[in-house]
Amino acid sequence: MLTKVHTGLDPVPGVWWKPAHKAEKVWVAIAFAWCMVLFAMMPLWHWKGGQNPSGVRRRVDPQKFFARTMEFAKQYKIGDDRGIPIVAPPVGAEVYLTGMTFQWYPILQLQAGAKYKLHMSSLDMNHGFSLFPMNINFQVVPGYDYALDVTPTAAGDFRIICNEFCGIGHHTMVGRVIVVDASGKPVADNASAVVRDREAK
Amino acid sequence: MSAAAFPHRVCPATGLKVSTKAESLIKVNAVVAVVSLLVGAIAALLLVLTRWQAVHLLPAVWYYRILGVHGMNMLIFFIIYFEMAVLWFASTVLLNSRPATPRLGWFSFFLMIAGSALVEWAQWSGRADVLFTSYPPLKAHPLFYLGIILFAVGALTVVGIFFATLVIAKREKTYEGSMPLVVYGAATAAIIAVITLLHGALIYIPTFLWSLGLIKTVDPEVYRLFWWALGHSSQQINVAAMVSVWYLLSALTIGGVVLNEKVSRSAFVLYVLFISMASAHHLLVDPGFSSAWKIVNTSYFMYMAVLASMIHGFTVPAGMELGMRLRGYTDGLFGWLRRAPWGDPGFSAMVFSIVVFGFVGGITGVTLGTEQINIIAHNTLRIPGHFHATVVSGTAMAFMGVTYYVLPLIFQRKVAFWKLAKIQPYLFALGMLLLSMGMTFAGSFGVPRRHWDISFSQAPFDVPFNPAVDLVLAVMGIGGILAVTGALSFIAIAVKSVFFGEPVGTWQTGTDVVGIPQGLTRPPVHAANVDELNEKLHDPARGIAAATPGTLVLVGVFLVAFIVYYFTNWKLLSFLWRVG
Repeated sequence: MLTKVHTGLDPVPGVWWKPAHKAEKVWVAIAFAWCMVLFAMMPLWHWKGGQNPSGVRRRVDPQKFFARTMEFAKQYKIGDDRGIPIVAPPVGAEVYLTGMTFQWYPILQLQAGAKYKLHMSSLDMNHGFSLFPMNINFQVVPGYDYALDVTPTAAGDFRIICNEFCGIGHHTMVGRVIVVDASGKPVADNASAVVRDREAK
Repeated sequence: MSAAAFPHRVCPATGLKVSTKAESLIKVNAVVAVVSLLVGAIAALLLVLTRWQAVHLLPAVWYYRILGVHGMNMLIFFIIYFEMAVLWFASTVLLNSRPATPRLGWFSFFLMIAGSALVEWAQWSGRADVLFTSYPPLKAHPLFYLGIILFAVGALTVVGIFFATLVIAKREKTYEGSMPLVVYGAATAAIIAVITLLHGALIYIPTFLWSLGLIKTVDPEVYRLFWWALGHSSQQINVAAMVSVWYLLSALTIGGVVLNEKVSRSAFVLYVLFISMASAHHLLVDPGFSSAWKIVNTSYFMYMAVLASMIHGFTVPAGMELGMRLRGYTDGLFGWLRRAPWGDPGFSAMVFSIVVFGFVGGITGVTLGTEQINIIAHNTLRIPGHFHATVVSGTAMAFMGVTYYVLPLIFQRKVAFWKLAKIQPYLFALGMLLLSMGMTFAGSFGVPRRHWDISFSQAPFDVPFNPAVDLVLAVMGIGGILAVTGALSFIAIAVKSVFFGEPVGTWQTGTDVVGIPQGLTRPPVHAANVDELNEKLHDPARGIAAATPGTLVLVGVFLVAFIVYYFTNWKLLSFLWRVG
C-alpha cells in the first residue's frame, strides 16, 4: 500500500516505514553500485596507477629539516640562480626541499625518467607545493616530512608555485625545478615553460 | 490536541499557529543574515575584480584581508544566522508549537552578535590577516578566536533549544504522528551542527589559548584535521538544511509530494552517520595521514553520504513531478516541468539550486575529493569553483528562494520590486554558474586559489600561464559581477520588503497579486481523489517509469555526466609525473 499523498510539510500519521516503489529501489541500487565504483577506484589506483599521495610521513623538527636541506644543497650544488643554489643530486638520491616565507629552497635539477625520493617540509608556515605546468599539488606542513617517490617524465623547466596562503608575500613565492633529459641538456624544449630571464631583458 | 495557550497568530495561508515569540527570533536572525550577506557580497565584488587579472583592483594586503572577511561573512555568518531562523521556524511554526525558552534564545542571539562583532573588528582592523581557515602558525588577535567561540556557543545553544522545542511539541501533542519531513531534515541539520560545533570548540579553544601565550604550540596538522571537521562538516549542515528547504519549497510552490518517507528519511540519517568524515577532503595530499585513512574518510565510508545526496537528487524532482502529475499536468515526459510556475522566484530558485548543486557542485565535489585526483586540484581555483556551486548556487540560492515565501508568511509584507524578484534567481544562477566554471577551468591550468597576483610580477621566476587562463578568468569575472548584482538585488528586495514593505493583507485565491508568490495566490492543492490517482499511476502493471518518467530521464543524464567527468579526471591524472 502506498502512503497517503502528502507533502514534506505534513506530519505523517502512523507508520511511515513502508516499501518503496520500484523506480526508487532501482535508482538507489544504481546509485549504490556507482558509489562502490567510486570507492574501488582509489585502492585500485594505488595498485595499478602511477600517481598516489601516499609516500612516507614523519614528524620532524623544522630547523633540523632545513639544516638537512642546506647540507644536501651544499653536497650537490652545481651553480646558482638569483642567489638560490641549483642542486643536481645523483639518480635515486634522497632530495630535500624546504618551503619558507617566501622562498622554495633550493633549485632542483633532476633527470627525466629517473626516480628520486623527494622530501618536502616547511621551516615556518603551511605552504603549498604546486608544480607548474604539471599541476601536481601537495600540502607542505611545518613539523612534517612528506617523502614521495617522484619520477619526472619529460625534460623541461618547471616552477613551484606556493598555493597555500603563508603571509603577505605569498604571491612572490615561486621556486624552480629543472629536468634534464638523458643527454644532460640543461633545458629541453618545453613550449609552456620557457625561461624568460627578466634580468637579461 | 492539547490547547496549550501561547501568544500566537494563525497563518491565513496555511492555518498553522505562528508563535509570536518565535516569530521575532526568526525575523532578527533573518535580518542579520541579510546584513552579513551584504558585507560578504561587497567583499565578493572586490575579490572577483582582483582575481580577474586584467582588472586587479585591490592591493595585496587588502585582497587577503577582504578574502578573510568574505569567508567569515558568507560561510559562517550569513548561512548560520539563516539556519538559526530555519531552526526556529521548523520547530515552532511547522509543528504548531511554542518555542522552548525564547529568553535563552535571545541571549544566544546576542552572544552570536557579540561574537560576530569581535570577528569583524579583528578582520577589518588587520588583526586577523589569517584568512578564513586561520592555519597556525599564522596567528591572529586573541579576540578573533574568542569571537568565533562566542558565536559557536550561541549557535550551539539555539540548536539545544531546537531539540527542546521538538520535545515540547511532541509532549503537548501539537501535531499527530511523526514530524513532517522538512522538520526531520532540519533536525538532522541540527544534529550535524552539534558534531560540527563541538569540533570547532575542540580546536578553537586551544588556538585561543595559544594566541594568548598560555599554550606553546598548536600542531599545524592536528589543527587542520579538527578545523576541517568544523569547516567541511559545517557545509554539511548547509546540505541538510538546503535539502529540507527543497522539500519545503517543492510543497509550497507546486504541491510536490513525498514519494516515500522511509527512503527520504533514511537518506537524512545517512548524512548524520557519515558526513562528518569529510574533514579528509582537505587533507588528501597532506603529510599527516595514511592512505587507508584518507580513502575511508574521504569516501564518507564508501560514499554513503554521496548515496544520500543521490537519493535526494531523485526523490526531490520525482516528488515535484508526481505532485504536478497528480494535479493534472500529465502531458509528455516534461510537461510538468514546462508548465511549472517559472515566474515564481521560490520555484525557479529551488530548481536552479537543485540543478547547479547536483550537476556542478556535487559531481566536482566527489571527483575532487577522490584521494588521487586531489593531486591535480588541491588549493587550485578548482576548489572554490566547486564550493561556490554547492554552498552559493545550492544553499544560498535555496535560502533566497525560501525568503520569497518568508516575506509574506512571516514578515507579512509583500515582496518589493516584484519584477526584479522574478528574474533575480535567473541572474544569480547564471552569474554563479559562469563564476564556478571560470574558476574550475582556471584551476585546471594550475591557477592557485587565495593568490593575489598570478602574473607573478614580484616573484624571482616567471610563471607563464596558458593564454586561455586570461579568458576563463574573464568568464569568472563577468560571472562574479552578475552574481553580485543578483545578490545585491536580493538584498534590496529583502530590505525594502521588511522595512518599507506593503502589508500583505488578504488576497483572493486564483488571482495573481503583485508581490505575492504564485504558490500562495494559486495554492497547489491536490484533488480529493488524489490517492486514487496515485494508486493508478503506481500500478505495477504500468512498469517502473509510469509515475515519474521525466525524473528517470533527468537522473540518467546526471549519472552519465558524473561518470564522464569522473573518468576524464583519472585520465588527466595519468599524464602526470609518476609520484607515490
